[in-house]
Amino acid sequence: MSENADVFLKKLWEENPVFVQLLGMCPVLAVSNSVVNSLAMGLATTFVLICSSVLVSLLRNHIPKQVRIATFIMIIATFVTLVEYIIQAISLDIHKALGAFISLIVVNCIILGRAESFASKNPPGKAFVDAVGVGVGFTLAILSMGSIREVLGSGSFAGVDLFGAGYEPWIIMILPGGGFFVLGALLLAVNKINRSRKVKA
Amino acid sequence: MKDDSAAMIRTLVGIAAISGVLIVAAFTITLPVITRNKAAQLKAAVFEVIPGAATVKKFVPEGMGMPNMYAGYDEAGTLKGIAVEAQGQGFADIIKVLYGYSPEKSAVTGFTVLESKETPGLGDKIEKDPGFQANFKALDVHLNAAMTALKNPITVVKQGKKTQPWEIDSVSGATISSKAVGRLMAASAEIAIPTIEKNIARLKEGAL
Repeated sequence: MSENADVFLKKLWEENPVFVQLLGMCPVLAVSNSVVNSLAMGLATTFVLICSSVLVSLLRNHIPKQVRIATFIMIIATFVTLVEYIIQAISLDIHKALGAFISLIVVNCIILGRAESFASKNPPGKAFVDAVGVGVGFTLAILSMGSIREVLGSGSFAGVDLFGAGYEPWIIMILPGGGFFVLGALLLAVNKINRSRKVKA
Repeated sequence: MKDDSAAMIRTLVGIAAISGVLIVAAFTITLPVITRNKAAQLKAAVFEVIPGAATVKKFVPEGMGMPNMYAGYDEAGTLKGIAVEAQGQGFADIIKVLYGYSPEKSAVTGFTVLESKETPGLGDKIEKDPGFQANFKALDVHLNAAMTALKNPITVVKQGKKTQPWEIDSVSGATISSKAVGRLMAASAEIAIPTIEKNIARLKEGAL
């Protein structure tokens, strides 16, 4: 169990897909302009990641090497389509806000990367822990981006007004430019923390 | 080598079949919910642009290329107004709006943006800015004597320069989006309002 916890934390923080591996930047920059959108995107990606990792791992001995990528993509695409319908059933507004980025989860390199480099070589239990760690790491990263950008750019958190009418929103923060600023600042902070921890150890 | 191909085909076909079943299942389960949500969303928008409406009926006029229209009635069954869907090119993408027309006042009495990708904080002021929304509380769309076109075409003016009831005050910071809304409203009203007036007896009876 402690081994699982170790793997989980390692994937979540030390090998965080967004802040350390710099994978999946496209949705991270594009839909992190509000807390609700970020959370929806993070959860949708995590769901697809967990389902596809477990399934790929279960089928790993039956998939011929030559067609493995095609098979992975097909499995991932199936779960993405499911997620698309589910989000549409939950909230049309979120579906509209995320737009094409839901379908683009199919080509999110985090998911295909975990399927190819981990799930296809490990038993389902391990693949599950790995997927949960990576998924939660991705969700936390995109959620922290979304929180900072919404608070600065709209003066609210998850739609709840924070500063009252006197606050002049920092509009650039919810525009694409703000995404790059916040991502840069967060990368700096995370790497600084990681480096100082390494020096201590 | 032959066995390899067979295994490949078996795997791909098998997974494709399972995928198909899963997707069809998800589609069938979520379809009623999605349809209900969409209908509720549209109904809410129609009620927003037609003050006092309690029930909605879809109105399908004769002729090609007519916009979607919805007639709103109050509890007693009296016609309160007609909501018209309109769309046009905005700054970023197509802007889709719904506006309410009151035959009694010959004016637009409500306006809401259904879909737009205008720049947050600038262009999207057309959705929320109270000054801009006020344009559509009583926007004059009287028809000419022949009932074929608007007497005074809808025009967009600079912020604070509105003097006539058929003019739209633009909102500063969203000039391009304001003009786009004015343009699409003008184009839509030229077609929709004469059509509504032609069918007004049918609409008032509620026999759609």
